Amino acid sequence: MPQGIAQLLPQLANADGALVRRGRFLEVTFLLEIGANAYLIRIHRGRIEAMAPGPHIQPRWTFALRAAAPAWAKFWQAVPPPGAHDLMAMLKSGDLRLEGDLQPFMANLRYFKELLALPRAAGAAEER
Amino acid sequence: MAAPQFEAAVGRYLPLQVDGQRYRLYVEEAGRGIPLLCLHTAGSDGRQFRGLMNDEALTSEFRVIAFDLPWHGKSSPPAGWQQGEYRLTSRAYVDTVMALVDALGLERPVCMGCSIGGRIVLHLALEHARRFRALIGLESAAHAEPYYDLDWLHRPDVHGGEVCGAMISGLIAPSAPPRERWETIWHYMQGGPGVFKGDLHFYTQDGDVRGRLSAIDTKACPLYLLTGEYDYSCSPADSRELAARIEGAKVTVMENLGHFPMSENPALFLTYLRPLLEEIRTAAR
Repeated sequence: MPQGIAQLLPQLANADGALVRRGRFLEVTFLLEIGANAYLIRIHRGRIEAMAPGPHIQPRWTFALRAAAPAWAKFWQAVPPPGAHDLMAMLKSGDLRLEGDLQPFMANLRYFKELLALPRAAGAAEER
Repeated sequence: MAAPQFEAAVGRYLPLQVDGQRYRLYVEEAGRGIPLLCLHTAGSDGRQFRGLMNDEALTSEFRVIAFDLPWHGKSSPPAGWQQGEYRLTSRAYVDTVMALVDALGLERPVCMGCSIGGRIVLHLALEHARRFRALIGLESAAHAEPYYDLDWLHRPDVHGGEVCGAMISGLIAPSAPPRERWETIWHYMQGGPGVFKGDLHFYTQDGDVRGRLSAIDTKACPLYLLTGEYDYSCSPADSRELAARIEGAKVTVMENLGHFPMSENPALFLTYLRPLLEEIRTAAR
């Protein structure tokens, strides 16, 4: 994974009709940091319009989620172990850092939890 | 015409005076035998115990009772609620439980609470041990530190039901049956504005019982602790630490369960609860 995630995540998200519907009021650009790789993800009406890998020159984002690559790999296991199974669990342990204006993230918390968990079903952790 | 196939639980409304305040409480029960009084988690209600109330093996030996705390489920907030901010306190919680025990005339019930309910059983152990046959703390710790800004749970630019449901979803073990998982989340989505946050005032501040644990006497009343391995709000380590500080407390970590064992996976939870209740039942004379 992180190599493939820039292709995988938009595909999975945009094919998920229920997710897109829940995100229909969502307009935001956020940063997803996977260790040394950071992606700028632009969401328009619940669909991922762009997922740009770095390096970014003067990136602009509303909020950022940052975790080390091994932490995401655990999170993306088909059945993740306790503590790696939810963004809030990772926040509590310190594995995940949330930064910026978190209002869109919190107002759409289910959307973002489910969006970022999509690679699980796709067997993403095994791809590495 | 065939008779309707109702579930076993029957619910009624009980006017209850607590600390000079008049409440209207919703109380549900099923079965007969030793009273088993069940206390729901923060921001939810007594429906969390539906699986237990529908378990005939359990209800043939125990009278399973669950009530919705004031402000929760079908229990009303007190008159004048519209001007105040709801904040659960240890005093109000203990007094509500004891007022209900008295009003129902329960003689030495078993009391089992989860999360905030798992905390309040520690307060009951300190203040009213001899009134109970046994106390069971599910997802019980002496204290909990907040790990997110609780203001997110109650503000006009974030939907309260959506954020409360999404916040707690991760506290459910990944293997929970989807039907039970989403019913558990639905209860949170139905909570009144600020109620979950008000309960967490007790959970993260007012209910801190760390300094009083050595005064708990498990000879006066046995104390059992059961904690799900996927619970990061009250983790297995938290419950083990609690048990280590109370002589005679028995702790069990439950695999493939999270913060809402009785609601997220009742069948699996019952495999942990049955032996423990059997121990309590056979000790009862």
